[in-house]
Amino acid sequence: MSQEFNTNLGTLFAVNLDGPSRLHRRSATQPDQSAPFSDRIDRFDLGLGMGELAAEKHAKYILTVEKKKDDIESVLMEHLRINGAYWGLTTLDILGKLAAVDQETVISWVMSCQHESGGFGGNEGHDPHLLYTLSAIQILALFNKIDTLDIEKVSNYISTLQNEDGSFSGDKWGEIDTRFSYVAICSLALLKQLDKINVENAVKYIVSCKNLDGGFGCTPGAESHAGQIFCCIGALAITGCLHYVDKDLLGWWLCERQVKSGGLNGRPEKLPDVCYSWWVLSSLIIIDRVHWIDKEKLVKFILDCQDKENGGISDRPDDAVDVFHTYFGVAGLSLLEYPGLKAIDPAYALPVDVINRIFLH
Amino acid sequence: MHGRPRKSATPVDENASALKAAKIRSLQSQFLQNHHNNIYTKEAQEINAKLIESNPEFMTAWNYRKLAFEHNLSNQSEVDKEDADHIKLIIDEELRVVENALRKNFKSYGAWHHRKWVISKGNSSTERELRLLNLFQKQDTRNFHAWNYRRFIAGLKDISDEKELQFTTDMINDNFSNYSAWHNRSVLLSHLLEKKVEGYFPKEIFLKEEYELVRNAVFTDPDDQSGWFYHLWLLDQTIKVDMPNLVSSWPPNGSEITNTTFPIVLFFNEPVEGVNLQTVSVQVEDDIFKNIAWSPLSANKFKCGQAWLTHLTIPFGETNSSKIFQVKIRSEYSQGIISSNGVPCSQHWSIAFRVSVCHDFQPEGQSLRRILMTDENFSTVDINSNVMDLFKSYFELASDYEQPTSSKWKSEMIASEIDQYRELLSWAECKIGKLTLARLLMANDAIGTPVAPNTTHVEEVLKLYSELMELDPTHYQYYKDEYSLVFLKQVASSKESLMKYCRQYKESTSSNITGPMCLRLNSLSLSRIGSFERLLWVQSLDLSHNQLPSIEGLEALQLLSCLNLSHNKIGSFMALDPLRFLKSLRVLNISYNEIGAHTVDTRRYLCSSPLSHTLDYDKKFEEFAAGDEKVVNFWEAYSVFGGLDIMQLDVVGNVAADERFKLFLVKLLPALKWLDGEEVH
Repeated sequence: MSQEFNTNLGTLFAVNLDGPSRLHRRSATQPDQSAPFSDRIDRFDLGLGMGELAAEKHAKYILTVEKKKDDIESVLMEHLRINGAYWGLTTLDILGKLAAVDQETVISWVMSCQHESGGFGGNEGHDPHLLYTLSAIQILALFNKIDTLDIEKVSNYISTLQNEDGSFSGDKWGEIDTRFSYVAICSLALLKQLDKINVENAVKYIVSCKNLDGGFGCTPGAESHAGQIFCCIGALAITGCLHYVDKDLLGWWLCERQVKSGGLNGRPEKLPDVCYSWWVLSSLIIIDRVHWIDKEKLVKFILDCQDKENGGISDRPDDAVDVFHTYFGVAGLSLLEYPGLKAIDPAYALPVDVINRIFLH
Repeated sequence: MHGRPRKSATPVDENASALKAAKIRSLQSQFLQNHHNNIYTKEAQEINAKLIESNPEFMTAWNYRKLAFEHNLSNQSEVDKEDADHIKLIIDEELRVVENALRKNFKSYGAWHHRKWVISKGNSSTERELRLLNLFQKQDTRNFHAWNYRRFIAGLKDISDEKELQFTTDMINDNFSNYSAWHNRSVLLSHLLEKKVEGYFPKEIFLKEEYELVRNAVFTDPDDQSGWFYHLWLLDQTIKVDMPNLVSSWPPNGSEITNTTFPIVLFFNEPVEGVNLQTVSVQVEDDIFKNIAWSPLSANKFKCGQAWLTHLTIPFGETNSSKIFQVKIRSEYSQGIISSNGVPCSQHWSIAFRVSVCHDFQPEGQSLRRILMTDENFSTVDINSNVMDLFKSYFELASDYEQPTSSKWKSEMIASEIDQYRELLSWAECKIGKLTLARLLMANDAIGTPVAPNTTHVEEVLKLYSELMELDPTHYQYYKDEYSLVFLKQVASSKESLMKYCRQYKESTSSNITGPMCLRLNSLSLSRIGSFERLLWVQSLDLSHNQLPSIEGLEALQLLSCLNLSHNKIGSFMALDPLRFLKSLRVLNISYNEIGAHTVDTRRYLCSSPLSHTLDYDKKFEEFAAGDEKVVNFWEAYSVFGGLDIMQLDVVGNVAADERFKLFLVKLLPALKWLDGEEVH
């Protein structure tokens, strides 16, 4: 019985480590990228004498991460397996290793997590929720397979979760949070169905969560938090409403998240954590204030969190690695223009070529 | 895994872990089977409770509990339904499961939401919830879930804002290093102020005490960030003008211009909506013009902008050339103009200027000589020339805009804070001291004299930012950007200071396109530009040899026809998005920048683009680019330059500017006469 709900990432990502894909290099059709590219290699590798990204090891780590399905972590992660699949697959794509995955297997498993309602669960047989629905759409977008979906059905599921005041509930049980506003807006934009919701009210609700420091919280009055700020800034970016953001005030708060070690924390007087390389960095990029931090120090911090022996990246140096932090570390390095990585879009959290394919055609 | 050390597991660990995993896995599959078959027996609910205790993050398991809870309530016997204690029993059981889950992980979203869900059904004790909160908030004073739950309970049980404010005071007195408490304070004080509660309205009543409270925190440990943002919020509360207002215009009040077709720009202190025929009238002599269309100068689609634009053509055809027209722009219904957070403008204003018709202009577009903004083509401005008379008219006449008057309490409060922070710096060399002092000094200058900018403290502020760049190199660029803005504020503050940067085109170079004068802000190491409200008259602008990555705000300079941006840090065509609005632009130099050199584009969401749903993808582009449409640079250039009549363009020295791209530009810009110094045929 337990096996039924227990397919794991290891079997999903039919492992093909020595396959045809190589570490991503920019193709000849983009000659414009090549010159500064080599400059950056010099700067990162020689100028600072820091370690390098163990790209091959990280790819291998992701492809084999849940082979040990008996360990407690993988059992405790089963409820958000579809998020895990999105983190892992996006990391592989950034590393130029997505071809190592058998997409048919992944897609049919993703589709098996869909419910009658149109929403997706975190795993087969689990209840649907907006959080998992976005991951499903993102995974399909990675493979250019959004048309596998009954778009009408999925977008109806999402739009019925919008409330009078513009906010979104995560599922039918009614928890409200600006995370769900982002998830709904990002999902519908990827499906080109934003007109299914009242965007103006959705934006008004997000703006009502703005705080003294220019940041945003889960609900009106809730404290600013870098993860929540990413959600709100991302949603405002996608809906063309960044004029509601005080970019200088928020930019100062965000750039002060960088601590002495070079890492970023998520709130004042907290410890740094690799995951904020995504939440803080993507927000700073969207509002064009990323030059206010020391990027090289942050690159060094992320590289210091690698497990160079077995692959994977952790929250802080010498902690245990996981897929979540491996994704945020690699995506963070991509946002920092680390050489050899595919660029990732800061608002949709998918590779730039995937986003361009959807919106610039 | 958060905060767990990386170490290889011993066989004993592995065994223990496998055992535990097997146990949870068995619970999980039993639970899912019950869930799918709607089984809510006592045993089934116990399995779920055990599972939740070992994994409080399992959302589906909480959903099951809600279903089971509803089942339990509806399946009570008739006797039980009458019995309040029985209902209480069911609720208590739920709250017990939540409490256990929270003890396991007090950051579990699912657990906190379940508690809210149960409490919302009624029949709960406020005291018990506050006791639980006190426990959790003592254990972790920054747990934002607990603070959110506290606000929820306070709302549900009508606990007063004053009482909650006292709670934050107690927390801060206990340990000032509690950002969450400072944050909640700002929320509560905003409510109290909004509701005009006695003792909190008007705001000067509480501001003084708040400054003292936060000063204690900052002075105790200047490196602790907890009070930094709160202080900045207080400063903003002190100086902010509570409504939108007009700060400048083109043409300015009392000026005289000589073009018969010209743009009208209204520049506000913040982005506003609602500038239209009903709110603003345009009158030429005695006629009110009814065919005026105002549009915001910005990339958002919700019709909101800090600067608004329209064009006016004076019907001079049948009159003789000596005629002078009086034009009046006036606010008709200023309450219709509202800020982006919904505050209406209550200021009334009126701008009057004269247009003298001048028939001897040359039609534009005739044989264009290449225009070079190099030193040898400029001379210092002749103070006796008629250029100067015109220039003076932009500055010397008193403004008619009714500016909000400054209050004595504001100046006193800021003066006292300045003294305090000077004292802090006398014994502690700290960055927050310097930064706060710089901000206080700028605030002091800003509220001093409303019409002509006051620059009393600019030199001191610039020095503070220079020191900060050395003291805190991690945020070097933040201070550098602030430095640039303050520097430009000083430059734009008066006619005299602006004249130092103005050069006159030599006769051989001057043309209808360049205008007679150029504002040369080149080689000043600027990393950011601002003070646009004082530069609306600029026709030629030299910003070359700076460090600008962006030209945000430049769209307000509607007269701009010549722009030199060479040797800067422009990273993409999207960074040139403001040019889209500059329909007068004829000469543009963007050579030696970084266009095409970056994989990350920081301007991508601040401009008009299909990605932000502010612009539709133009299908014509594919036809136009014939096979090059995959190259993003081509799309971006198409989207920014497509609507402009550029005649002279320099793009050399950018990664994106290869031969193929230059051919594309020639095709895109039919009016182009010069490209990278070569004549286009």
